[in-house]
Amino acid sequence: MEETLVVQNVKKTIGKKEIIKGLSFSLKKGEVFGFLGPNGAGKTTTIRMLVGLIKPTSGKIFVCGYDLQKQFTKAIQHIGCIVENPELYPYLSGWENLEHFARMLPSISTTRIQEVVELVGLQNRIHDLVRTYSLGMRQRLGIAQALLGKPTVLILDEPTNGLDPVGIREMRQFIRTLAEQEQLTVLVSSHLLSEIQLMCDRVAIMSKGEIIRIDTVEHLLKEQARTYWNVHPIHIAKQILKNETTVLGEKDDFIVTVYESNEVIARCNARLIEAGVSVSSIERKLPTLEDLFIELTGGETID
Amino acid sequence: MINLVYNEMLKIVRKKRLFIIAAIVAVLVSLFTYAQFKQVETIRERIGTTDWRTQLQQQIIDTQNRLNSTGISEEWKKFLKIRLQQQQYYLDNDINPMAPGAPTFMRMFIENSIELFLPLLVMVIAADLVSSEASGGTIKLLLTRPVKRWKILMSKYIAMILSTSFIVFSVAVLSYAISGIVFGYGGWNLPLLTGFSIQGEELNTTGVHLIPQWKYLLIEFGLAFFVSLVVGTLTFMLSVLLRSTAAVMGIMLAALISGAILSSMVSSWESAKYLFMVNLRLTSYVSGMAPPIDGMTLSFSMTVLAIWALVALIISFYVFTKRDVY
Ligand SMILES: Nc1ncnc2c1ncn2[C@@H]1O[C@H](COP(=O)(O)OP(=O)(O)OP(=O)(O)O)[C@@H](O)[C@H]1O
Ligand SMILES: [Mg+2]
Repeated sequence: MEETLVVQNVKKTIGKKEIIKGLSFSLKKGEVFGFLGPNGAGKTTTIRMLVGLIKPTSGKIFVCGYDLQKQFTKAIQHIGCIVENPELYPYLSGWENLEHFARMLPSISTTRIQEVVELVGLQNRIHDLVRTYSLGMRQRLGIAQALLGKPTVLILDEPTNGLDPVGIREMRQFIRTLAEQEQLTVLVSSHLLSEIQLMCDRVAIMSKGEIIRIDTVEHLLKEQARTYWNVHPIHIAKQILKNETTVLGEKDDFIVTVYESNEVIARCNARLIEAGVSVSSIERKLPTLEDLFIELTGGETID
Repeated sequence: MINLVYNEMLKIVRKKRLFIIAAIVAVLVSLFTYAQFKQVETIRERIGTTDWRTQLQQQIIDTQNRLNSTGISEEWKKFLKIRLQQQQYYLDNDINPMAPGAPTFMRMFIENSIELFLPLLVMVIAADLVSSEASGGTIKLLLTRPVKRWKILMSKYIAMILSTSFIVFSVAVLSYAISGIVFGYGGWNLPLLTGFSIQGEELNTTGVHLIPQWKYLLIEFGLAFFVSLVVGTLTFMLSVLLRSTAAVMGIMLAALISGAILSSMVSSWESAKYLFMVNLRLTSYVSGMAPPIDGMTLSFSMTVLAIWALVALIISFYVFTKRDVY
């Protein structure tokens, strides 16, 4: 598959502090890529470098084969983006805002503007001043603006920020549609695992300016999922489970083991009952954001 | 590029900046017109309305007498002759030199606003051209278009020049239109004295000659436009450097006001003449008033201003194209 965005060993030092410590990854056509990390991990800083707002201290970025530093206009033409909040001109209407940005792109027709407005479902309010928009509407207008130039790579920094549950679901479906039908590459950053889990194909987990892992969502979750056994007496159960699967430890009244398939769990259950252990619940839990981070980063705090 | 400039002008217009400025000018002009009208009325009460012709005739006779007296220098003689020519014109054309027409009011207005009022108006526009995009976050959208950064800044600079032209133009039109209601619209051809130069304590009158008022006005408005551009460019630079429009305005305001104060007290601090803010009163050179510091001439002041503007422009473009945007 075609690679649309390639990042090679990008670093950024601000003052004396190294904020991004060497990132490398590449994104393919039609893929939704998630950027997951706690506050201050460097997601926004990375995105700013990808769209040319700040210069990397070292490293290279290629968009559709064009070097972002050397062939800025050619490279950036293939990128649509929202960095942090969707800030538009509050004293212009939504439509005027779109016209404003259309004038900065080579040949965008009125029909194209109409198209993106309908795509984000803002037809009813598009001629009102942006000042009167809700955050969700601004977010949509921001997306419309990003899609205006028919980009190949769409970069969204926390796109569901400020949306209600329905809006979040719509946004997720919207992003999936763009990737699947229009074959866009979408890069989204977030600190919500649930969100990334539902819409991304691959995820990079960032912490303190480094990518700790890049993997498909399935892999990551499988690896981090756990089975919780509420059993009595615990010491006997533990002995039995150890023979069948890997016991990770005890938490409150639970025994924690790795994620297992249905057959293994059923077999374990049968063994436990045979041995006279009372089993009150067996639960498989996907990791929460907290667990995942604590696991992967060793419980870092923002500094 | 035209598209970019169109965008910038659209934003300025939609922020209603130009409209507010035109309104301020209109209010101020009306105010000054009224003040001027009152002043003319008091003078008229003092010397009577019909009297001005006889008074002017008396003045002409005085000048002639002085011309004929012995022991005056060639230079002085020449100056008196020009004076005589001017007075004769007033008399022949039935013009009361004490009662201004609208063009005379325009002249006074621009001479008094070139140092502070006009620069302030220009500052209001130029101060938030770039800083408002930075503080509003919209700069991120501007700089992620397939347009080079210097082009974006250039479009903003052109928009600044266009707005400055609009301001100077509206000052001219409004001061003419509004004051004309009271003073009448005539007086374009009134001959005025110019070409004085001041050397030390002496008024040098060798270069003095008469020019019609419309030419005089053209020169003065040209100089006012130049001053506005310089102030606009300096404000523009601050607007690039600072995120906060209020800070930009504060610094410019301090500079302009300190200029007005300094002008009246720096005669012994010679190197102050390289500061841009004491060089703003370019119209004084035309009307022959003493400059704040010895040795300042029109071309000196214009060079100083031009250098300040050029440096500001270079800094603006360098910083804007190079810097990281957060
Ligand atoms: N202009 C700056 N000067 C100095 N340090 C900065 C600057 N901008 C960001 N940083 C630092 O860079 C680090 C990464 O910040 P960044 O905004 O990229 O985080 P993020 O992953 O987007 O976090 P969040 O989830 O809160 O949006 C932080 O430690 C921050 O303090
Ligand atoms: Mg962020």
